Amino acid sequence: MSNLSTAEHSAATSSPLLTVKQLRVDLPVAKGTLHAVRGIDFHVERGEMLCLVGESGCGKSMTSLALMGLLPRKAQVNADCLNFDGVDLLTVPERERSNLRGARMAMIFQEPMTALNPAYTLGNQLSEALRRHQRVSRQAAHDRALYLLKRVGISAAEERMRQYPHQLSGGLRQRVMIAMALMCEPDLIIADEPTTALDVTIQAQILHLLRDLQQEFGTAIIFITHDLGVVARIADRVAVMYAGEVIETASAQALFKAPSHPYTQGLLRCIPTPGKTLPGSRLQAIPGVVPSLVGKIEGCAFCNRCDQADERCRTTPPLQAVAGEHFSRCHFAHQLASPAPLNDQEVTS
Amino acid sequence: MWAFVFKRTLIALSVALTISVLCFSLLQLSGDLALSIGGPEATAEQVEQIRVDYGLDRPVIQQFTTWLWGAVQLDFGRSYYYQSEVMDLVVERLPVTMTLGILALAIALGVSIPLGVVAALKRGSWIDRMAMAIAVTGQAMPNFWFGLTLIIVFAVKLQWFPAAGSDSWQGFVLPAVALGYYATPAMMRLTRSGMLEVLEADYIRTARAKGLRTGTVIFKHALRNAVIPVVALAAVELGFMLGGSVVIETVFSLRGLGQLAWNAISRNDYPVVQAIVLIIALFYIVLTLLADILNAALDPRLRAR
Ligand SMILES: Nc1ncnc2c1ncn2[C@@H]1O[C@H](COP(=O)(O)OP(=O)(O)OP(=O)(O)O)[C@@H](O)[C@H]1O
Ligand code: SF4
Ligand SMILES: [Mg+2]
Repeated sequence: MSNLSTAEHSAATSSPLLTVKQLRVDLPVAKGTLHAVRGIDFHVERGEMLCLVGESGCGKSMTSLALMGLLPRKAQVNADCLNFDGVDLLTVPERERSNLRGARMAMIFQEPMTALNPAYTLGNQLSEALRRHQRVSRQAAHDRALYLLKRVGISAAEERMRQYPHQLSGGLRQRVMIAMALMCEPDLIIADEPTTALDVTIQAQILHLLRDLQQEFGTAIIFITHDLGVVARIADRVAVMYAGEVIETASAQALFKAPSHPYTQGLLRCIPTPGKTLPGSRLQAIPGVVPSLVGKIEGCAFCNRCDQADERCRTTPPLQAVAGEHFSRCHFAHQLASPAPLNDQEVTS
Repeated sequence: MWAFVFKRTLIALSVALTISVLCFSLLQLSGDLALSIGGPEATAEQVEQIRVDYGLDRPVIQQFTTWLWGAVQLDFGRSYYYQSEVMDLVVERLPVTMTLGILALAIALGVSIPLGVVAALKRGSWIDRMAMAIAVTGQAMPNFWFGLTLIIVFAVKLQWFPAAGSDSWQGFVLPAVALGYYATPAMMRLTRSGMLEVLEADYIRTARAKGLRTGTVIFKHALRNAVIPVVALAAVELGFMLGGSVVIETVFSLRGLGQLAWNAISRNDYPVVQAIVLIIALFYIVLTLLADILNAALDPRLRAR
C-alpha cells in the first residue's frame, strides 16, 4: 500500500508520465483516408490506472499502437505533443524507441491465444524480454521470469517455464503476457482489452491481478476496454472515446457520478448487471450507427445518434471543462453536468 | 517426443512393405518376363529354360517372398545384363547420386530461403520481382535443357567446369546446380508466403512490443515458424532429386544410380530396376520420416499428435 502514496507523491510534484495532445492516426484505404484517431488529448500520471473506453472501431487500438510505435507501416501519425517522461516520441529515432519498448513501456494484447510464439518455451520468451534491455545472466533472467510467473498466480511455475504456449489455457497465457510486460518493470503498461477474450470468472481474476500489480509495482496502466462495468471496478481516471475522439474525460468517480456527455450517459444507462449481459452486447443499446471515419466529419460526431442534438450541433463542439479535471466535448456539457443529468426530457423538448 | 518418433517409424515401415509389394507386382504386370528376357528370336524351349533358370515358373507368392527375403538382407540377386550382384552395382553408384542430391538440395536451400525471406520483407521491390521471375522460369524450364545450357556456357565456352564425369568435385557443380534449380522455385515461394503470413502474426507484434531488434524478430521469431513447411518440402524434393537424377546423370554422364536405372530399363534388367525403385522409395520414406521428426522438433504443437 505504500506504493500508492509514492504514486500520489510523484504525481503531485512532477509532470505527467505521458502527455498526448492532438494525436491523429490516418490510414490510407481504398476510398480515401481513414482517420482512425482524430485529434485526441489525454495524459497519464505516474502509477495511475487510466481507462480508455469506447465501442469497437473507435480507435482505441490505433491509439495504443501509436504510443508504442507499432502501427502498421502505412499508417501516418501526427500530434502536437507525444511526450513520454521527457522523451518526444514523435522525433525519437527508431533505435531509441525500441529501447523504450518492453523496458519502460510494455503492452498486453487482446488475444492471448495468438500473442505468444508457438515455437519457443515460455521461459525463453519471458527471459528474452529482460535480456534485450539489461545485461543480466541467463540465470538472473530465468529467476526473474520464475518470480513473476509465481507473482501472477501461475502454479508449478518451474515446470511452466519449460512448456510451450499451446500447453496453456487462455487465462494462463494472459497471465504469462502480464508477467512478460513486467519483466523490465516498465513505467507504463498498455493493456488493450486484455480480458475481452476470456470468460467471465477468469476476466475478474485478471482484473484483480492487474489492479494489485499496478499498486505493488507503481506502474501506470492504460487499460483499454469497451466495458464500463470493468471501468467502474478498476479505473482511477477515464477517457471515453467515440469515433476517433476523446469525448469525455474525468476521474472515475466524477464520470460515474455526473456524466456530462450524451454518449457517456447512454453507455451508463445500459450498464449490465454483472454476469447477466453478454460481453459486446451492452454498447449496442444506443440506437444508430457510428459515422464513417473515412473523410472529414462535419459537426458533432455523435450528432446522428444523440437524443439531445439541435442546430448548434452542426458545428464541432470543443472539449470544454465541466469542473476541474472533468472535460466533455458537447455544446451542452454544462447543462448535462447539472444535478439531474439523466433527466433528458427537459433539454430536448 | 519418443512416442511420436516410434509411431512415425511404425507407419514408415508399413508404407515400405506396401511399396515393396507394389514394386514387385508392377514388374509382374509388365508382361511375361521370360519372353522379354529371351528376346524376339528365342524359341519356345529357350523361353521355357529361362523361366526355370530365373525361377519364374514358381508361384508368384513364392517368388515375392524369396525376393523380399533377399531384399531385406540387401540381396537383390544378380543382374541379367552385367552378370554381377545387383547390390554391388548399386553400392558402386549410390555415392555419386547421394552427393549429387545433397549438393543440389544444399544449393536449393541456400538460394531459396534467403531469397524467399528478402522477397517477403521487401515485398513488391525489384528483388521480389526478380525472385518471382526466377521461380517462374525455373518451373517452366525442363531441367535437361537447363543442364545443356549450363554445359554450353560454363563447360564449353568458359571452361570453368568439366562437361561430364564424376571423378572430381568440379564435375558435380553443374549437375547439382541444374538439379537444385529445379527445386528452388517451390521452396522459395513457400518461404516467401510463409514469411508474409508469419510476419502478420500476433506474436510478431508481441516480439516487437518487447523492443526486440529487427534481426531477432525476423530470424528468431518469424523465420523459425515460416520454415516449418519448407523442411517438409525439402525432404520431398530430395526424394524427387534422387529419382529425377536419371535425366541429369544422363546429360552429364555421371555414373550414378539414375544412369544405372536408365541402362537397366532399356536392357530389361529387371532385378536392377526392382532394386533401384525399391531403394529410391525407401529413401523417400526415410526422408519423409526425418522431415516429420524435424518438423516436430521445430514445432512443439506437432509433438502431441
Ligand atoms: N490495418 C487497418 N487498415 C485500415 N483501417 C484499419 C486498420 N486497422 C483498423 N482500422 C480501422 O481503424 C479504426 C480504428 O480501429 P481500432 O482497431 O483502433 O478500433 P478499436 O477501438 O481498437 O476497436 P476494437 O474494440 O474492435 O478493438 C476502425 O474503424 C478500423 O476499421
Ligand atoms: S454536441 Fe450536440 S450532438 Fe454532440 S453530443 Fe452534445 S448534444 Fe449531442
Ligand atoms: Mg482494439
